[in-house]
Amino acid sequence: MFAYILRRLLYAIPILIGVNLITFFLFFVVNSPADVARAHLGEKYVTQEAIDNWVTEKGYNRPLMFNEEVSGAAMVTDTIFFQKSLRLFTFDFGQADDGRDITTDVLTRMGPSLALAVPSFIIGIWVNICVALIVVMFRGTRLDKAAVALFVSLMSISGLFYIIGGQYLVATVWRLVPISGFEPGWMAWKFLILPVVIGVVGGIGLGARWYRTLFLEAADQDFARTARAKGVSELGVLFKHVLPNALLPILTGVVVVIPALFMGSLLMEAFFGIPGLGSYMLDAIRAQDFAIVRTMVFVGSVLYIIGLILTDISYTLADPRVRLN
Amino acid sequence: MPLHGTRRILRKTLLLTSFVFLGACSEPWNDPNPPEKPGETVYYGSFSSRLQHLDPARSYSSEETVFIDQIYEAPFRYHFLKRPYVLEPALAKNMAEVAYLDKEMQPVSMGSKELAYSVYTITLKQGVQYQPHPALANDKWGNPLYLFNTPEQSLSYATLYDFPQSGTREMTADDFVYQIKRLSDPQNKSPLLGFLSKYIVGMSEFGEQAMQEDRTGWLDLRTIELEGVHAVDQYTLSIRIKGLYPQFQYWLAMHFFSPIPWEADRFYHNPGFADRNLTLDWFPIGTGAFMMTENDPNRGITLERNPNYRLDLFPSEGDTDDLAAGNLKDAGQPMPFIDRATFRLEKESLPQWSKFMQGWYDRSGDDSHNISSSNFDRAFVVSGDGLELSQEMQDKGITVSTEIKPSIYYYGFNMKDPVVGGYTEEKRKLRRAISLIMNTEEFLEIFANGRGQAAMGPVPPGIPGYIEGEAGIDPYLYDWVNGKPQRKPLEEAKRLLAEAGYPNGRDKKTGKPLIIYLDTTGGSAGPVADWRRRQFEKIGVQLEYRSSDYVRFKQKMRAGNTQLFGWGWLADYPDPENFLFLLTSSQTSDVCKCDGSNTANYSNPEYDRLFEQMKTMENSPEREAIIAQMVEIVRRDGPWMGGYHVKEYYLNNSWVSNTKRHGIARDTLKYLKLDTKQRLEKQREWNTPVVWPLLASFAALALLIWPAVRAYRHRQTLRVNHGNKGGSH
Repeated sequence: MFAYILRRLLYAIPILIGVNLITFFLFFVVNSPADVARAHLGEKYVTQEAIDNWVTEKGYNRPLMFNEEVSGAAMVTDTIFFQKSLRLFTFDFGQADDGRDITTDVLTRMGPSLALAVPSFIIGIWVNICVALIVVMFRGTRLDKAAVALFVSLMSISGLFYIIGGQYLVATVWRLVPISGFEPGWMAWKFLILPVVIGVVGGIGLGARWYRTLFLEAADQDFARTARAKGVSELGVLFKHVLPNALLPILTGVVVVIPALFMGSLLMEAFFGIPGLGSYMLDAIRAQDFAIVRTMVFVGSVLYIIGLILTDISYTLADPRVRLN
Repeated sequence: MPLHGTRRILRKTLLLTSFVFLGACSEPWNDPNPPEKPGETVYYGSFSSRLQHLDPARSYSSEETVFIDQIYEAPFRYHFLKRPYVLEPALAKNMAEVAYLDKEMQPVSMGSKELAYSVYTITLKQGVQYQPHPALANDKWGNPLYLFNTPEQSLSYATLYDFPQSGTREMTADDFVYQIKRLSDPQNKSPLLGFLSKYIVGMSEFGEQAMQEDRTGWLDLRTIELEGVHAVDQYTLSIRIKGLYPQFQYWLAMHFFSPIPWEADRFYHNPGFADRNLTLDWFPIGTGAFMMTENDPNRGITLERNPNYRLDLFPSEGDTDDLAAGNLKDAGQPMPFIDRATFRLEKESLPQWSKFMQGWYDRSGDDSHNISSSNFDRAFVVSGDGLELSQEMQDKGITVSTEIKPSIYYYGFNMKDPVVGGYTEEKRKLRRAISLIMNTEEFLEIFANGRGQAAMGPVPPGIPGYIEGEAGIDPYLYDWVNGKPQRKPLEEAKRLLAEAGYPNGRDKKTGKPLIIYLDTTGGSAGPVADWRRRQFEKIGVQLEYRSSDYVRFKQKMRAGNTQLFGWGWLADYPDPENFLFLLTSSQTSDVCKCDGSNTANYSNPEYDRLFEQMKTMENSPEREAIIAQMVEIVRRDGPWMGGYHVKEYYLNNSWVSNTKRHGIARDTLKYLKLDTKQRLEKQREWNTPVVWPLLASFAALALLIWPAVRAYRHRQTLRVNHGNKGGSH
């Protein structure tokens, strides 16, 4: 398994270089370094000298990909791409274009993102699985059909509706929790209740419907029928036999998402005033901050690759027949 | 477990829950604010966009001034109440004494042709202390406590608030010199460097020398001479600028000219500090009424009363209507009136508005984006006298403060464009015809809730040179009817269009339809875009949109590759020069070789000549006469159209007083007063939790689960029964 993981990690290097290359190309094909400088220097009294100074200080005065003015390895290394993008492989994210240290910002923002994402994720999966198993228990009945109709209805409603509707009803009309905000530490709970509940309720339609489909396949297989024949209760059949046998497709969708929890949720964080990573990238794109954009794309890619590897590993844990070769 | 045991537990749980609910009902559950210290007066505010810079050399955004202008003070400031805007001493003891010199440094009169320099001599207040700050903390031998040689030595200090010791010292003239040197140092990336270098003697040379030094660590800027700026003595500052520039006094009222102790610059250049965002750009050090005690740019900012703030009294004089409005009831009282101000970042308008309406925020907002369009309709109703507060707002005792910002938003014609540009009578008529059909009043009514005033020229209200009433209307576009300006009728626009060579919107030579291209970043769909199109259709002209992102739009603007575009300007200071320069030839990109402020590429030699004459004059009837001539030239040539001045509305909860808005100054937090007892009462009254939906939700959940449990048990029982009979299911 170790050799497999090592091989997967080595495969990741060209993927990450490719991702960096695409990000770099997309950013600089739209903006010249002078445009980026203008975005940072403001609208008024901007002189060419100030633009040149900014570009030089930030190291954007180098050629983009290939430096013809030098020789040897410097032709590649003394370029914006090498200095700015490939340096990320050492996890040295450097400073944002507004001067703030990116690593510090990412670490600071990661906490609130996780405080929201982890409970939403865990409770969401638990609720979805329970709801799906209960529906499967009544498969073929009117209750099952009504539940599927409800799931489809819940899926069809925009996530924004849950957020605004939830904020309006629960926080504005009923005044049960603060409408938005965040406090570090344990005091965060009262700000997180509403977004977590909304996240879970908003995800039930999609999640429970998908899990129901997976569980239905397993619920009528021979091992389930045998268990029932041996007198195992229906709940026991579902939780002890059906659920473990439907785990592989669940893991495929779930484990890959775990590392991405660090990246936060854009909508939730914006509406609930949670200072996480969700809006970090969007703010950076608005501010033309390439340093943050490239970092977040890189971190996102790394986390996704880690997620895929974790998924593979989780297969071996869920199903002893699976071997990573 | 026996059934009666389950019921007993359920009963106890319900009882306990009821007690919790009943007990908690006395206090609001939705309080988003952290607990207050007893006896403390706390202001709760909000802001809508993430701050970028708090360094007074670098920050140049109106959102940032809401905070740093409470912390930093400049030599001068604006009087809180008087209108038109008046400067008064802040850190200075008196207003600056200005002397004029020729090239040989000999005194000359203000009007002399030999005048080469103006020298501003500013006498400073004595005894002004900085806020407590670790940069000024010394040991008993007077050595700085927090100087480190390596990043590892300071690893335990993650934020500024981790330093246990702080110190202070008296502000001196050298601190102003140091800050102006920071402005001159290109490494600090001050947006004003290029602009101020044209005026302050030796600024460019200072920058060149500073950049030649080793910049790996802290560069003590005191070691480099800045020719035009020096401390005459501990309390006297001298600044020499090139030529005559009376508006320089306004710059001296901005945070760019706040004092910075050199020790702070040294402190923030400690090794490894920048890696932890411990920089002057994030943790200010000032002499103002407040100091920053929490800076989380993603969540919020907290300011606390500066314990070292000097005695500063609420003004005893005001505008003519201030006494009647109750704005002078705190006259002569020491400021500030609040101990702490907590501002939270609110990116979305719904939570911000809800918190204001629930009483958790004292005002509807602290920066310009404080009432969204949908909330505005809820807050105001249109009456015969204009907008007035809705009944709901009046019932809550909410008050409103307004201000017309010294700003102008307009559509500009590219005067170099072959179709709409040029200075012939036909081209003027074409622009005038288009200007007539772009009905600004209608636009403001439909799309801005009437929050603006149609511009009659480039000078906004409140600025010398602006003329009220009939004498102030643009006679090319308006008539004075029944005591108010009325836009000329559509027929006039059609007539002008025909005289311009486009009868019914078609070129009379070629017969082709006239198409006008509007460069925009807002796209070509949506209500505003449709409205504009319809306006043009009224005279048979087609309007086409050329949409692009902002970067591309600005590139087009620089290259002069536009025909019609939208633009705006927010004044730096309340002088007509700061608006009229926007149309001088020297500000076109071609001439200044920069991102010129004259975006319309307007060029009129007579206008330029009058501007040169006007810009250095004191405000006087003569100056106003020249401004009137310039405004007339602009109206006749019509390089701008559809202009308006934004009128901002701010709502205040009933417990907030001294809320008069100032169009320029943002250092107004210290004037604000709160009745915290009333706030607490109102918050309790408005935020009683409605518990029944919660109980109903639990009940609904139980109702859903219970039949499922019953059905499940029934099924399980069925199986057992079948089994007993020996049958199979």
